[in-house]
Amino acid sequence: MKTIYLDHNATTPMDKRVLDFIYPYLTDEFYNPSSIHLPGQQVREEIEKSRKKILELLEGENYNLYFTSGGTEADNFAIQGAAYGNQKKGRHIICSSIEHHAVIDTCKALEKDGFEVTYLSTGSDGVVNLDDLKQSIRKDTILVTVMHANNETGVIQPVEEIARFCREKGIIFHTDAVQTAGKIPLSLKKIGADLVVISSHKFYGPKAAGALLVRKGTRIFPLFHGGSQEKNLRPGTENTPGIIGMARALEIAVSEMETEGIRQKELRDRLEEGILNLIPDVQVNGSREKRVPGTLNVSIKYVEGEALLMYLSDEGIAASSGSACSSSSLEPSHVLLSMGIAHEIAHGSIRFSLGKMNGEEDVEAVLKILPEVVKKLRRFSPFGKDKEEFGENVYAHTH
Amino acid sequence: MLYNKKVMDYFRNPENQGRIENADGIGKVGNPVCGDVMVIYLKIDDETIRDVKFETFGCVAAIATSSMAAEMLKGKKVEEALKITNQAVEESLEGLPPAKRHCSLLAEEGIQAAIHDYLKKKGG
Ligand SMILES: Cc1ncc(COP(=O)(O)O)c(C=O)c1O
Ligand code: FES
Repeated sequence: MKTIYLDHNATTPMDKRVLDFIYPYLTDEFYNPSSIHLPGQQVREEIEKSRKKILELLEGENYNLYFTSGGTEADNFAIQGAAYGNQKKGRHIICSSIEHHAVIDTCKALEKDGFEVTYLSTGSDGVVNLDDLKQSIRKDTILVTVMHANNETGVIQPVEEIARFCREKGIIFHTDAVQTAGKIPLSLKKIGADLVVISSHKFYGPKAAGALLVRKGTRIFPLFHGGSQEKNLRPGTENTPGIIGMARALEIAVSEMETEGIRQKELRDRLEEGILNLIPDVQVNGSREKRVPGTLNVSIKYVEGEALLMYLSDEGIAASSGSACSSSSLEPSHVLLSMGIAHEIAHGSIRFSLGKMNGEEDVEAVLKILPEVVKKLRRFSPFGKDKEEFGENVYAHTH
Repeated sequence: MLYNKKVMDYFRNPENQGRIENADGIGKVGNPVCGDVMVIYLKIDDETIRDVKFETFGCVAAIATSSMAAEMLKGKKVEEALKITNQAVEESLEGLPPAKRHCSLLAEEGIQAAIHDYLKKKGG
């Protein structure tokens, strides 16, 4: 059975052009870029070209770029690095509660080490409120972290305004741009955040490659110790294929961004409309206006997400509920809960994230199969019949 | 694979899902961790469970365990049915992933709740 892949926010396949580009560096051009000999120095040159290319594509003349093993490491590096590098000024951090676990769990770890963290919930549209943020600022606030777009809902955050405000207050601002790099315009100059994270496998590059972009003058400490690579801030022999593959992938993604964005938005909107028309009692989660083009998050009332995904998977449709990494945890999405969405509704959420390979036929397939699967699950759900909603409290007397 | 073949079989083709009108015992239980809910309906005659139906709002494991529990309940004497544990249901399914063990508790608690409802109705 052919897989209809609608989980591009989790990861994307590597673009063939990227694979061709990195192939020599996986084989003949294997040299260590720290070596003095000529072939080593030639690899070094390719790495530096990649660094320059990424900075150009992201309009980051005023930034340093540090290559990492992916988004998770770069988020850890940014947050821990800024926290420990600036703790003499204060130990208070503000973090939006819709952040990826790479950010939230890093903040939680810092709390164990004596930092104080304020978690900002969002409105029902999934957007962080600037006034809430302003009110949470304290004299000892050293870092604010709000992602560029959320991985579960696709909702875009007001990062430019937040960056401007933080700049005025002298507070470091970190934004996780893993879900926007290569999808919507990402200009470091325009956004003005101090720390920005990208991850290659979300834009058709190799896995386990990412970068932290640091505005010049921002003080951060390294996570690792060991060598002089990346100006002593990220030691370890460089992942050459990952680095040059990421740069090539970003170059391709940026060149195709406009046409792909329009195309994916059309497909996404058609999918959204179809679901709303064909299935009763569904809701779209998060702002429908402020969204990246390919993402759709819907809650299907009276059914549970895992069961839904599994029946879809049986029909060859690969989607996700919330973030892929938490699909083994029982709690419904922390993102939807922090938007004020009820537990049972959050539990029936499903995320479709489209990509380059998807076409109309994929949308049609989902619109044919999903209503059937929902009907089947609803048949044996205790809810949604006799006008009985989720109202009754059945949890209190068990466990 | 997250789930074994037997669990997937019971999930894909669940039996005894639905309602019984005028059931002799109804048990409704919820799992506070995940928010999932199971309702079980029993038709009891001569202290013997003649029919069982389940309604489940829950994960793959919850749907599979409710289907298995229904199968185990049918034809059992009431006092026998009270002895069905979540481990027994899980063993009949040849195991659940560790994170999903608690899902089988819904079945055990549902059975208990439905039979106690029956005993209460009978007594009153
Ligand atoms: C918003 C966001 N941040 C961080 C990550 C982690 O990136 P990586 O998978 O490269 O570690 C992801 C993806 O999983 C993500 O969606
Ligand atoms: S996760 Fe709720 S019953 Fe399985």
